[in-house]
Amino acid sequence: MSLNELYQNVILEHNRSPRNYHAMDDADHQAEGHNPLCGDRLTVWVRLDDDIIQDASFQGSGCAISKASASLMTAAVKGRTRREAEELFGRFHRLVTGTLDPAESETLGKLAVFSGVSEFPVRVKCASLSWHTLKAALDAPGLTVSTE
Amino acid sequence: MTTAPISTLASPTPVPFDVERVRADFPILGQRVRGKPLVYLDNAATSQKPRVVIDAVTRFYSSENANIHRGVHFLSERATLAYDAVREKVARYLNARSPREIVFTRGTTESINLVAQTFGRTVLRPGDEVLITGMEHHSNIVPWQLLCEQTGARLRAVPITGTGELDLEAFDRLLGERTRLVALVHLSNALGTINPVRELIARAHVRGVPVLVDGAQSAPHLGVDVQSLDCDFFACSGHKMFGPTGVGVLYGRESLLERMPPWQGGGDMIASVTLERSTWAPVPAKFEAGTPMIAEVIGLGAAIDYLNALGLPTIAAWEHELLVSATERVGELEGLRLVGTAREKASVLSFVVDGVHPHDVGTVLDDEGVAIRAGHHCAQPVMQHFGVPATVRASFAVYNTLEEIDVLVRGLRRVRKVFG
Repeated sequence: MSLNELYQNVILEHNRSPRNYHAMDDADHQAEGHNPLCGDRLTVWVRLDDDIIQDASFQGSGCAISKASASLMTAAVKGRTRREAEELFGRFHRLVTGTLDPAESETLGKLAVFSGVSEFPVRVKCASLSWHTLKAALDAPGLTVSTE
Repeated sequence: MTTAPISTLASPTPVPFDVERVRADFPILGQRVRGKPLVYLDNAATSQKPRVVIDAVTRFYSSENANIHRGVHFLSERATLAYDAVREKVARYLNARSPREIVFTRGTTESINLVAQTFGRTVLRPGDEVLITGMEHHSNIVPWQLLCEQTGARLRAVPITGTGELDLEAFDRLLGERTRLVALVHLSNALGTINPVRELIARAHVRGVPVLVDGAQSAPHLGVDVQSLDCDFFACSGHKMFGPTGVGVLYGRESLLERMPPWQGGGDMIASVTLERSTWAPVPAKFEAGTPMIAEVIGLGAAIDYLNALGLPTIAAWEHELLVSATERVGELEGLRLVGTAREKASVLSFVVDGVHPHDVGTVLDDEGVAIRAGHHCAQPVMQHFGVPATVRASFAVYNTLEEIDVLVRGLRRVRKVFG
């Protein structure tokens, strides 16, 4: 596994210019995530309309993997139902832990760039922090989530 | 980028130091990781072990293993002698007055908790104060927080400056009528700062306040003389000084240890037991309940022999050379900021790379075979002081080479390239 497979260009680019990187005034769901191992912290905001994620955004500090993951996540979940977003998280988690059925990988779209993470077990938490936080936001607004 | 001024801590190595000969003593250093020769720069987390230590532990389990202080048989007598001999070795290494002042623990953390829960619990009253500093490891913060919750005492902390030194005027201000104990780090694991502990101990003693020194980092890198420092307690860990994990030391002034209540109850710490009451063994056995980590203590003895054979002045001089070189070379890299630029430093170089999270730096360096620590180094208040979530920390030991610093610098250039 080479470093280039972990830090793919898409990841480096989203780290430099994260999408949906702002607070959301009219959000109706929000949660904070924290990874005590490296001190990463982020906030995820979601606006739902009839169970469909109309908008998602985030802000925070973290490594390239966690920032790019949050950026790509906010883009990927827009327009999906809450349930679809959770299913996507399930597939994403299997991807970064190396347990994804190859047939499923095509359904991940751009998120597939995180496949290299499975070779770096300590970075799985970085990649999944934003997703855990999104889930917490959808489950209970204002809840703080930790990956520990 | 300016580099940190580092005063000369030790005179230059008198004869050319043969680092390759030292490296040959450490089996783990010969390996390749990620296809590259291992460059181990995470010594502040734990040091590697020389073959003499590994062999001592193996030999103990292969041919000497028995429980101590209770058998009349041959193996038990021999294990008891070996275990007690290490106590004398540690006493000499730290220049304690007597082996009775040396308590074996699991490590620095346990040593500090022991003092908090015995000495601290006995002495502190509501409104009293424990004085620590802003550059402590969590293991010299949390035990005091727990103690303060239990006793109604108050925890105060000496602030640190922009270069990562203690604010000594603030120390004098904070050392007050209610201060009952000072606990401070000798050599900071996060910044590499060497604190003027001897001077601060003297100031505390003027007010009759005892002082605990966290020596986890100083014990393997600086010569430690507890009588010269005049500290009341000194805590260190075997695994950071070439010894096994799971063994540490608490030095305590004998008159204080005598007055302290036992910590844990059990076998070996008693004089006599009835179902109604028990009396305690003399120090230090009073603080060593249960079967101790015998093999690890034997291994620590071998580690101290090894340190003594190399000689602390030689070790300190070589590590100083490594730190000066690394400080210059890493400090002149563009987009890189050193964290902790105290005048007196040893063995630790902490820094951040602009726009690149320390974990990403760590992963790129790992790909070059370089092991560093990226994170808060169990010193979150230090990170908060410098306004960073984490730093990259390279920490040196006597077996590191100037060529390894080249590899570190090359790796850091690659970091800039990947994330540029």
